[in-house]
Amino acid sequence: MSGTTPGGWLLVLALALPVGGMLLAFALGGRTAERIALGVLGLGTVLAGMIAAEVYAAGAPLAYRLGGWAPPLGLRLQADGLAAAMLLTAALVLLAVALFGRAAQATPPGVQEARAPFTFWTFLLALAASLAAAFLGGDLFNLFVALEMLTFAALSLACLDGRPSQFRSELRYLFFALIGSVLYLLGTALLYGAHGTLDIALLAERAGADLPTLLAAALMTAGLLAKMALFPLHLWLPPAHAGAPPAASALLSGLVVKAAFVLLLRLWIWVLPPVPAGAGAPLLAGLGAAAILVGSLIALRQERLKLLVAYSTVAQIGYLFLMLPLVLAGDPEAAARAWLGGILQAASHAFAKAAMFLSAGLVAGALGHDRVAELGGAGRAMPMAVIAFGLAGLSLMGIPPSGGFTAKWLLLTAALGTGQWWWAAVILGGGLLTGGYVYRVLAGSLTAPPAAAPRPEPPAQGPERVALALALVSVALGLVPLASFGLVQIGRPILGGAP
Amino acid sequence: MSAVLPYSIAAAALVALGLFGLVVQAAVLRKILAFNLLGGGVFLLFGVVARRGAGAGATADPVPQAIVITGLVVAFAATALAVVLALRMHQITGAATIAEAAEDGFPDK
Repeated sequence: MSGTTPGGWLLVLALALPVGGMLLAFALGGRTAERIALGVLGLGTVLAGMIAAEVYAAGAPLAYRLGGWAPPLGLRLQADGLAAAMLLTAALVLLAVALFGRAAQATPPGVQEARAPFTFWTFLLALAASLAAAFLGGDLFNLFVALEMLTFAALSLACLDGRPSQFRSELRYLFFALIGSVLYLLGTALLYGAHGTLDIALLAERAGADLPTLLAAALMTAGLLAKMALFPLHLWLPPAHAGAPPAASALLSGLVVKAAFVLLLRLWIWVLPPVPAGAGAPLLAGLGAAAILVGSLIALRQERLKLLVAYSTVAQIGYLFLMLPLVLAGDPEAAARAWLGGILQAASHAFAKAAMFLSAGLVAGALGHDRVAELGGAGRAMPMAVIAFGLAGLSLMGIPPSGGFTAKWLLLTAALGTGQWWWAAVILGGGLLTGGYVYRVLAGSLTAPPAAAPRPEPPAQGPERVALALALVSVALGLVPLASFGLVQIGRPILGGAP
Repeated sequence: MSAVLPYSIAAAALVALGLFGLVVQAAVLRKILAFNLLGGGVFLLFGVVARRGAGAGATADPVPQAIVITGLVVAFAATALAVVLALRMHQITGAATIAEAAEDGFPDK
């Protein structure tokens, strides 16, 4: 395909910057690690903005050939609209989580460096690097390596506290992730055996509806579903995400599962020919619909706040899968709407869920527990955190104006436009159930505290502001005019046409 | 083609055994061993692919072999991480299995 485009060096920088920062932070440690992480993540946000602007201005994907070698032998980095949008989302959420973490993971001057802050800052950069690799990779095997790095970095962040209760759920997470990645690798072996390349653009030309391709796609899809915790493979997610420290939960729920989704889109929209993909998509969307209903219903019954938020992730992941049958339905106008809706859902959920986990962590930290039934007084003690939770909840429910509303509206109209009204019913029903569990938390935290309860310690202002800012971004995504989202359509293969 | 057939069958058997063990065994150490068996099967399959895809004059296609080396490094790192986590879990809680439900009211179906 295309060689290195002008601005391709930005992609190399987007990968090299966090990796270099991580190595430096690892070597220098202590307070320097925190400064390096904040600096690199700040620069990373600027870089992601520049990549998005460059892609938007050129109207075509950016690409970089490593060492000048052409595929199939050489490797390619590429940023299309999907990659640029997800990279920008990830950069903003990572920066916000880093700012949030400054309070808990600070190393004051003159204090010996402790294990937890050191791990937090270095692995935050490792996570940034592996997310960039997963979004920018143009080669299925490199994406496998990115996915594995992502699991290792996320797991280390999740185990940061070293509490006894964490190990079982995080080990379970690790095993699910490992099964997922081995199945994915098995699929790449079959694809390489059948087509002699793992480059996505070349595979798109060579792969047909033959048996090895279909078998490989089935194996890789199963592996990615295990990593994304789509119903019925969701059992590992809630304890793993809820047991992690708030900053790690925000990253796990907001970003890590989205990387696997980008890989799934690469496989289903780019590699697979439209006919078998269109036949398989309703199955995935059906599982997504089941995830929306089951996840929301279980969330509605949770007694612990963090588990409630984690089950809400299971449900919101389901929405992402609804876009597949709509994009593949063959109606170009509905496909464009569903494509934008799906990516907007991924982005607005990343912001909203990060805000929710951060504010849930603040509430749990101040009250000393996270029982939903005893949240009384939280609204008075930490109004900003509770407002952040509520605003993020609006976006998850799909109430206008919010990013979640625009995303669900686009999916809804695409579903009606292609005559698949049953997905529209699921979207509406899921929104109602989401309203139910968000209301439970808000109503609980706005009641007066029991008279005998000790006054909760109000948390520091900084972390509360970060959570609120994230929630505001997820709402503000709904105020941006739709035309300016043309970015995400760049580089998307159009059905029947050349990619 | 028949020269690679035994290896293909061995790869398939290793994948099946490993996957079975990973799902069925409750003890963490056995799960880790099963994961390595599964990984070994996939790497053997890459070897088969390399041999089948050999071009004129070459005995094997080098790309799958490069992939296997990278894959081995990744699998090694994953194994090390899993062993460390299992050891810490055993030291702190005395448990060697992840079969039971987590303690915080997680409905384990």
